[in-house]
Amino acid sequence: MSRPEIEVRALHKSFGDNEVLRGIDLEIGRGEVVCVIGPSGSGKSTLLRCVNLLEEPSKGQVFVGGTEVTDPDVDIDAVRRRIGMVFQQFNLFPHLSVTENLTLPQRRVLGRDKAEAARVAAENLARVGLSEKADAYPASLSGGQQQRVAIARALAMGPRVMLFDEPTSALDPELVGDVLAVMRGLAEDGMTMMVVTHEMTFAREVADRVVFMDGGVIVEDGSPGQVIGSPRHERTRHFLSRLLDPAMAEVEEGTSGQGGGETP
Amino acid sequence: MTDTETDTSLQPKKKGLTRRRKRALSRGAQYAVFVAAVIAFAVSADWGRLKNQFAQADIAQQMFPDVITLALKNTVLYTLSGFVVGLVLGMVIALMRLSSVGPYRWLAGVYIEIFRGLPALLIFIFVGVAVPLAFPGTEIPGGTYGKVAIALGLVSAAYMAETIRAGIQAVPKGQLEAARSLGFSPARAMVSIIVPQAFRIILPPLTNELVLLFKDSSLVLFLGVTLEERELSKFGRDLASTTANSTPILVAGLCYLLVTVPLSFVVRRMESKAQEAIR
Ligand SMILES: Nc1ncnc2c1ncn2[C@@H]1O[C@H](COP(=O)(O)OP(=O)(O)OP(=O)(O)O)[C@@H](O)[C@H]1O
Ligand SMILES: [Mg+2]
Repeated sequence: MSRPEIEVRALHKSFGDNEVLRGIDLEIGRGEVVCVIGPSGSGKSTLLRCVNLLEEPSKGQVFVGGTEVTDPDVDIDAVRRRIGMVFQQFNLFPHLSVTENLTLPQRRVLGRDKAEAARVAAENLARVGLSEKADAYPASLSGGQQQRVAIARALAMGPRVMLFDEPTSALDPELVGDVLAVMRGLAEDGMTMMVVTHEMTFAREVADRVVFMDGGVIVEDGSPGQVIGSPRHERTRHFLSRLLDPAMAEVEEGTSGQGGGETP
Repeated sequence: MTDTETDTSLQPKKKGLTRRRKRALSRGAQYAVFVAAVIAFAVSADWGRLKNQFAQADIAQQMFPDVITLALKNTVLYTLSGFVVGLVLGMVIALMRLSSVGPYRWLAGVYIEIFRGLPALLIFIFVGVAVPLAFPGTEIPGGTYGKVAIALGLVSAAYMAETIRAGIQAVPKGQLEAARSLGFSPARAMVSIIVPQAFRIILPPLTNELVLLFKDSSLVLFLGVTLEERELSKFGRDLASTTANSTPILVAGLCYLLVTVPLSFVVRRMESKAQEAIR
């Protein structure tokens, strides 16, 4: 087997005294779709953000496409061009139209000319089914549409891997399906994807592997059938039972709701 | 619930002051005070003298067209050049203030504290008198126009720097993260993504600053200007002393309002638009 597309080695990350990641080892092969699940505060977002260095790891190494991201001398902007990222809050540029959201990064970062950028933008808008919104502004779109534009914007840069941080968590339930359908299409086209999500159906049907994190470590890593279907660890079982049937969960100490929420 | 069950205590009161009557009474009282004040002013003012001193039609006429083609034009020119210098300088200082380099932050902080604390008048005197004295032979390019641009620029840069900094910080953190994740360098992200959004946020306060500068441009007076370089205040004052009448002051004042009132209107429009956009 060739070199994994994403390789994380002995990754540690602390915020002050708070050790959020305590030694993560993870490999994701080309074209693989890996879903990361785990309770709030377990470090899922931090792990994802360490892969494209939005967070600086305290210790350990990260490789993407064979390049060491954590090398202090690496051209991080060049590395990031090959890593698409999709955020929970979409983070579209509100002062730009949908098309401009896709063309401006291509032109400023990749130096593509106007016509080429517009062509790639149209192509990717079609891919997420939003060609008719090309001239709209983000504020006039539904959350689901905004997220699909955000995916198209990342794809327009021609990334070799895509990172998703709870891409459907901020959406109304009836809009989740459209976004997941786009992601499913991407997976079928062979994109390497690392997806933090609570959508268990998506994880079961689309993921090649599911990784369960808790307390800054990977507790379980295996096929969806294995991790979701017959988890080996008590912590995984506990998490899944609460996720699948929230009404059955007992009130626990220390769970202060959905932490880490960013303002849109 | 049926009608017969309606709680009687919730029904309109027949006696005493209802809320509606109280409101009507209070509004009536406010109108009464207003009318009384207007009448008191109208009766006590000596309208004949006022008209003589402030509204001599022939003197007013004699001011045109110079008050517009020369004085107002110069006021606008001074203001705009000062605004541009202030904006550029303010932008630089705001970015220094947000820099990760300690000495830059410190320097920007010192500048802001000093120039926010000084009266504009002192800065004009400083630029007009102290600098030429201290550095003989140095000539500020553009003569009076250059001096005014620099003086007004120095005055406004401190305020604008704080406004711009606040605007940049008001742009959600996710915007920078999205830009960086797409491969923008920090500088590119600032120029292409953050600053344009910051300027939308701070357009109203910046326009307010323009109004303030428009008025501060009257301080040109203290630089000593030629006849051709006079702006509204100086122009009005000169004419007022030659004609021994205050009509030119009134006309000059109206010319200021001609510009500042529409500008303020635009600011309010922008602010309510921005309010709508948030929803
Ligand atoms: N920038 C930061 N500064 C300080 N602490 C942080 C920062 N980002 C995250 N943390 C802390 O790191 C821990 C893990 O956060 P992280 O966002 O990775 O969790 P998560 O698994 O993504 O949770 P969620 O499901 O709520 O998104 C939390 O305790 C959080 O408070
Ligand atoms: Mg998270």
